[in-house]
Amino acid sequence: MNAYARLTSTHIVYLVALLTVVAGTALVGATGRSFFSAGNISSILTGTSVLGFIAIGQTLVILVGSLDLSVPYVVSLSSLLAAGIMAGQPGNIVAGVVVALVVSAAIGLVNGLVVSGLKVHGFIATLGTGLIVSGYLATNYQGSSGQTPVAFRLVGATGIGPVPVSTLIMLACAGVVLLMLQRTRLGHHVYAVGGDIEVARMSGIRTGTPIVAAHVLCSFMAGLAGLLLAARLGVGSPTIGSQGGYDLLSIAAVVLGGTLLSGGKGSLVGTLGGVLIFAMIDNIMSVLQINPFLKDVVRGIVIVVAVAVYARRRVISRPARFGGHPRARTEQEDAA
Amino acid sequence: MNEDTGRPVLRVTGLSKGFFGVPVLQDVDLELRAGEVHGLVGENGAGKSTLMKVLAGVHQPDAGTVEIDGSPVEFRHPTEAHLAGLSTVFQEFNLLPDRTVAENVHLGREPRRGLFVDRKAMNAETADLLRELGITSIRPTSTVSSLSVAQQQIVEIAKAISYDARIIAMDEPTAALAGPEVELLYGIIRRLKARGTAILYVSHRLQEIFDLCDTITVLKDGRIAGSRPAAALDDAALVRMMVGRSISAYFPERLAGTAVGRPLLAVHDGGNEQLDSIELTLRAGEIVGVAGLQGSGRTELVEAVFGAHPFTRGRMELDGRPYTASSPRQAIRRRVALITEDRKAQGLSLDQSVLDNALGVVRAVFPRRDAEARSDVPAVLSSLEVVARDLDQEVQYLSGGNQQKVVLAKWLAVDPQVVLLDEPTRGIDVGAKIAVYNLMRMLAAEGKALLMVSSELPEVLGMSDRILVMRDGRIAGELPPDATEEQVLQVATGARTERARP
Repeated sequence: MNAYARLTSTHIVYLVALLTVVAGTALVGATGRSFFSAGNISSILTGTSVLGFIAIGQTLVILVGSLDLSVPYVVSLSSLLAAGIMAGQPGNIVAGVVVALVVSAAIGLVNGLVVSGLKVHGFIATLGTGLIVSGYLATNYQGSSGQTPVAFRLVGATGIGPVPVSTLIMLACAGVVLLMLQRTRLGHHVYAVGGDIEVARMSGIRTGTPIVAAHVLCSFMAGLAGLLLAARLGVGSPTIGSQGGYDLLSIAAVVLGGTLLSGGKGSLVGTLGGVLIFAMIDNIMSVLQINPFLKDVVRGIVIVVAVAVYARRRVISRPARFGGHPRARTEQEDAA
Repeated sequence: MNEDTGRPVLRVTGLSKGFFGVPVLQDVDLELRAGEVHGLVGENGAGKSTLMKVLAGVHQPDAGTVEIDGSPVEFRHPTEAHLAGLSTVFQEFNLLPDRTVAENVHLGREPRRGLFVDRKAMNAETADLLRELGITSIRPTSTVSSLSVAQQQIVEIAKAISYDARIIAMDEPTAALAGPEVELLYGIIRRLKARGTAILYVSHRLQEIFDLCDTITVLKDGRIAGSRPAAALDDAALVRMMVGRSISAYFPERLAGTAVGRPLLAVHDGGNEQLDSIELTLRAGEIVGVAGLQGSGRTELVEAVFGAHPFTRGRMELDGRPYTASSPRQAIRRRVALITEDRKAQGLSLDQSVLDNALGVVRAVFPRRDAEARSDVPAVLSSLEVVARDLDQEVQYLSGGNQQKVVLAKWLAVDPQVVLLDEPTRGIDVGAKIAVYNLMRMLAAEGKALLMVSSELPEVLGMSDRILVMRDGRIAGELPPDATEEQVLQVATGARTERARP
């Protein structure tokens, strides 16, 4: 009855995802292939994992009222560090993974401290650290470097049925972060600081903690994405992150998932829906062999339309008293 | 009565505080007893808010001591004040609109079981707190943004007492409330008082101060002007203590030569999502008051006439010609002005100068009149007695009353023929209120039509030539200026005209 009013933005995201599935089935079917073939599903899910890792972190950072533009460079750095340390030796896998993740998290720590301590907006702070890392990469690496051992590459290549291991790891991370957001004090404080930092401060919250934690986790997740890419490529690459455009794409996925860009409101589940939509659009367009630049046009339209829909919902969140929406009327009559 | 009653729980001695070398509080002494409601009054800029913020730990005093239960305390952070049993309910809500009631009440102190927040305990404790306040209409799991302003205020109070507060300071708790909602708050304050909680109550509404307070302290220019038992004071004496002016100046009489003339604004059968069947005629030289409860559609009415949330049904005439306002810009072009309810969010650009604010509307809508208006600004500001260092001062550094005068100057600059005022004196001191009232009388004498929305019934009754009372998005009745507060409330609440629903 009151369906439209009770729809949250998360519901809308998954409705859009469902529409994308329908459109995909029709379009891919028209070429004589199946959208639901094991190969295609596996290809879509593979497409979700890298962006998924980054978007999970970006969700945290946006919820706390910041932004992270340094993720693509952290991704590249992480892939290079891991491939460089592993140098093809299976015995070095653990060391490579640990160093890549620790360095990534350290970049996040710097981001978080600059944002919370020096009161520099995340947009600028992470633009700065991103440029620093990018400069370091450009000076020290001329091209692909290092090598990941076969055992490590399996992470990027194997799966359980059509579901790639990388996607499972990504979903496990999402589960942990979801639990953190919804059930721990830290999670509550992430929402509080993002919603209104002054209210959070006046309620006795140490406002720096959630900001730093969100940035550390975001860079850590970007580090994981870098590891996954190193596993897939077999080498580290100084441009793999920026080529992917993961900074803006992850922000787009978060916003598409219904999280307010200004922070304080949103959901990780929505973000995953946004990531899935992007992965399906990519898949459909590459199966149809459409000009890759048109892909960005479609992504762009999806983002703008989605956010316009959310904005509209916010405007009409107040129930009408007269005319217009018959449902509001019904409620009043019910009450009478 | 509680056995603790009468024991001083909070003692402030010789408190001083200044900002950038400008003293705001000087040598303030204050004593609060358990179970006492202590009124703190004074004009805006008298230092009330600063005193509240020092007590809450937001600011640190330059000199003087604060004692709780006889032992000196120093708060460097709001949390330390909370832990010492002193909670403050500020004028601006300290709530997160997108979180639930329980999450807001326990913000920063979420109960845990193991690693995780214990939602069940949090909701149950919140329900207990609300029940203690006699409130059953608010669910702990509701999102704060879905609550009415009055309910949000109650959540704010619940949050304050959830710290086991023995002292609660409230800054203008009724500023956003009307009628029965105020009664609800009175009930809560009386319950708190009965529990032995000491309450410091700041308000501009003298009626409330006398209704609630046992002791009244007057702050004037950062110093204590006096502290008396409420029973020893009356309205006139209190206003004299505050401003050194007698109460007869409160609502100025209509100016000589004011004549109610031809209809300037007419609304026929106006309606939109929030309003219905609006019939309204506003004549030149007339001040029409709009009363009604919070949420009855008063603000929506002036916003519809101003084109901010236009009418979707019915028609309007302005000065004899058809008038459609589908945006504020169109309304302004037809010389309709709206002094909005929330001056900080809607009336002013806080970090722009007095001059830029005063010229804001002219520049946006009548750019060719900029130079002309600019030369008028000093005279307009001085006629309103705006106290500012100079025209380049940012308005955020002005007191509330002076800010409101700048808003008025901004609209006078476009020479409006119809002036809509939404809570024109909210949160400003008595002196500034009188300046606003005088200006309204002057505008009426010049033949402009004024429509004033106000939650303060004495203001509506004292200033209006006619009173429209709104209820549930409709104009429920019209009353003459000699109506009583009871009559207005009866129409506003539907007590008299209640009829069977269809």
